[in-house]
Amino acid sequence: MSRQSVIQIILIAATLAIAWRLLAGSGQRTQAVRRLGLLALAGLAVYSIIDPSKTWTSLAQALGVGRGADLILYGLVVAFLGFVVTTFKRFREMEVRYTRLARRIALDEAVPVREAFPPDRPARPTPSTPTPKGTDAD
Amino acid sequence: MTDSSPEPRPEPPRLRGAGTGHGRLRFTLVVMQANDVWLVVPLYNEAKVIGDVVRTARASFPKVVCVDDGSTDDSAARAEEAGAVVVRHPVNLGQGAALQTGFDYALTDPAMRYCVTFDADGQHQVSDVEAMVDLVREGQVRVVFGSRFLDDRTEASGLKRLVLRMAVAYTNLTTGTRLTDAHNGLRVLERGVVERLDITQNRMAHASEIVAQIGAMRFDGQQITYAEAPVHILYTDYSKAKGQSLWNAVNILAELIWR
Repeated sequence: MSRQSVIQIILIAATLAIAWRLLAGSGQRTQAVRRLGLLALAGLAVYSIIDPSKTWTSLAQALGVGRGADLILYGLVVAFLGFVVTTFKRFREMEVRYTRLARRIALDEAVPVREAFPPDRPARPTPSTPTPKGTDAD
Repeated sequence: MTDSSPEPRPEPPRLRGAGTGHGRLRFTLVVMQANDVWLVVPLYNEAKVIGDVVRTARASFPKVVCVDDGSTDDSAARAEEAGAVVVRHPVNLGQGAALQTGFDYALTDPAMRYCVTFDADGQHQVSDVEAMVDLVREGQVRVVFGSRFLDDRTEASGLKRLVLRMAVAYTNLTTGTRLTDAHNGLRVLERGVVERLDITQNRMAHASEIVAQIGAMRFDGQQITYAEAPVHILYTDYSKAKGQSLWNAVNILAELIWR
């Protein structure tokens, strides 16, 4: 196996892992793994600041990439993709919650059915002003 | 969303031109029975037409709920004047969200047996709704979808026709249903179906989401029964000016894939 394909496999695996994250839930374990990963990244960053050429260039050459800067670029592209996916997913979840909240408010402020159409009278009387419901209809 | 059960799906009954005659007796029956029907109308900036739409609809179906989706004109007031119950979204959420809100409101009425989804812009005919409700009342099916393509009353341009055909082909492929028109706003749903629906697609993709959820429903282990009925969509100059652009087809597809 050539050294060039090692980096390809790693990048493909990382991309697939991000795609998998899109489907997997975000439980306690996922959150813990994310925090540990962030910690490791910070450690690596500090180390690479102290000795940039050795860290990145030697790692890059070990993986079959010419320069350390190239390796960082590849890593960034994959990380950015992951960020986009995670943000999209979170945004969707937030939209669902926000919709539920807005719907609850809308329904609570609407004229209740029993006022709009009293059971003994089939036709609706003149429109009345909206009154908040006393009890939750759910 | 789709189920993978091996048994073949029963071909839904497709009724053509059912119940379009209106005798006096039949009309009386409709008025008497219509208290178990709720018209759910998503409403967004339709102040020009909503009053007439609600008045016309209420002549046959007195229970109308308009879900005002944060209109910036006085649509809500016009609808209320015409006798509809108005539920106001505090912010604009989208048509799918408005439909779900309307369903939730209609479900608070214990007398409700059927929900009709009806557009606010005057494209739909009340006579079509009557025929569709009659069809559900017969008890053979739980859902009736309106379709523009079962007869040739609806005049749509060739390109619009093509886009709608492609949309329905995609929906049938992904949901395992067999429909001729998936993006039609006119539907009649039985209470049990309304109770189980949970629309989360706030924007345009809700039409396909409704079809997908209905297609996946089981009642006592049985595949849900549904039918299509021919409806006549009036493309007035007003609705044409407001109508969805063809670009929206791209958005619908994107929202379906990245849900």
